[in-house]
Amino acid sequence: MGFISRGFRGRRRDTASSSRVPPGQYTVTDFPVLSAGPTPRVNLENWTFSIEGEIDEPKRWTWKEFLALPSETVTKDIHCVTKWSKLDTTWKGVSVDTLMEGVETAAEFSTVFSDGGYTTNLTLDDITGNKAWVAYEFGGQPLQPEHGGPVRFLVPHLYFWKSAKWVRGIRLQKDEHPGFWESNGYHIRGDPWQEQRYWGD
Amino acid sequence: MARAAVLGRLGCQLGTLAELKPETPRVSSLYLDVPKWPGHLAGQHVDVRLTADDGYQTERSYSIASAPEDRRLTLTVERLEDGEVSPYLVGELRVGDKLEFRGPIGGFFVWEAQDERPLLLVAGGSGIVPLMSMLRHRASASRKPPARLLYSSRTFEDVIYMEELARLAAAGDGLSVHHTLTRDKPSGWTGYTRRIDAAMVKDVAWPKDTMPAVFVCGPTSFVEAAAQLLVDMGYEPRWIKTERFGATGG
Repeated sequence: MGFISRGFRGRRRDTASSSRVPPGQYTVTDFPVLSAGPTPRVNLENWTFSIEGEIDEPKRWTWKEFLALPSETVTKDIHCVTKWSKLDTTWKGVSVDTLMEGVETAAEFSTVFSDGGYTTNLTLDDITGNKAWVAYEFGGQPLQPEHGGPVRFLVPHLYFWKSAKWVRGIRLQKDEHPGFWESNGYHIRGDPWQEQRYWGD
Repeated sequence: MARAAVLGRLGCQLGTLAELKPETPRVSSLYLDVPKWPGHLAGQHVDVRLTADDGYQTERSYSIASAPEDRRLTLTVERLEDGEVSPYLVGELRVGDKLEFRGPIGGFFVWEAQDERPLLLVAGGSGIVPLMSMLRHRASASRKPPARLLYSSRTFEDVIYMEELARLAAAGDGLSVHHTLTRDKPSGWTGYTRRIDAAMVKDVAWPKDTMPAVFVCGPTSFVEAAAQLLVDMGYEPRWIKTERFGATGG
């Protein structure tokens, strides 16, 4: 082993949860907020969620239509690249598999885009197969604006910047286009179990 | 150097604590000698990694307080009593000890003095730290835009960098510093004594037609409030860069 911090003992993880906490992460019980700019005000009157790009017929749902889609409630551990992990978070929303039903596409990549201009890139493989949701409830309550409400992306197996707040749609693409943080020093995929935090990790 | 600081793989660095300077009762600055520091941009952070002798490791992110031009890399750390890392950095670490970290990190919440737009910095508590890097960078630049800082602290003794901020503002190079205290009203105090509000923002912020560059850093509730007040004033959201920290940390 390399360097040792003189005089550092540290807290030990409790063994029950340690297998669920990726390397370099620590658990929190509150829900920290991180965003790069002001919280956008989202008007549900003209809100839509779209699937566009490499798709013959773009799909679009109004807020009312979106709420009428079959929903799922899932309990997941989430991991932020800033080192906190939060275990057993419960979300309600629509599975991306449900949104992608009937979609035929040659795309292997996607850009998830949000109000306020935020984007993040994800492979199609990372958002399909029961791995990603478009969530509108957290802990049984409507999702708060600072946490991405009314609707945020949820892709818990990757670092949480991939779970875009204030999400408005998915753009299907044949090529990989780095999103906002992915263009600003952060890893293109962001798998917490491989500690893919930054460029080159 | 500037872009190189953002690009490329982030290796581990070992710094040596050269000086530990108390800033407030809860906050200290760590001045580090880092032999292979690649340089950084004002506003970036580092990930500090602590390793116990049994191999246990933990990491936290800390904003860089020093300017890219400064000789030593400086981190300013608030000691959180229930934290795991900050009580070590502010309490256990001594001059001569080594500290391991990765960085610099972050390519968005950064400012360079050649940006000609008027600069507005809004800080809550230890959110001043990355903004101080910007002000120190600005102070050493030959050409610089006008700048205003609005800085909210709980009490007078919680104000970090009080003297240096006064000195920078007195340099007459177009910087003004505006303090507000939310839980204190010392006698002779000429700054604000309330939470940030629309009237305060209107007093301090550049008129919207100057299209300023804005950086807001502080606790989540502070950043939410400040950014919203600026948007309400007519600022474009894309002018405003934010960095928040929740109640947790380390």
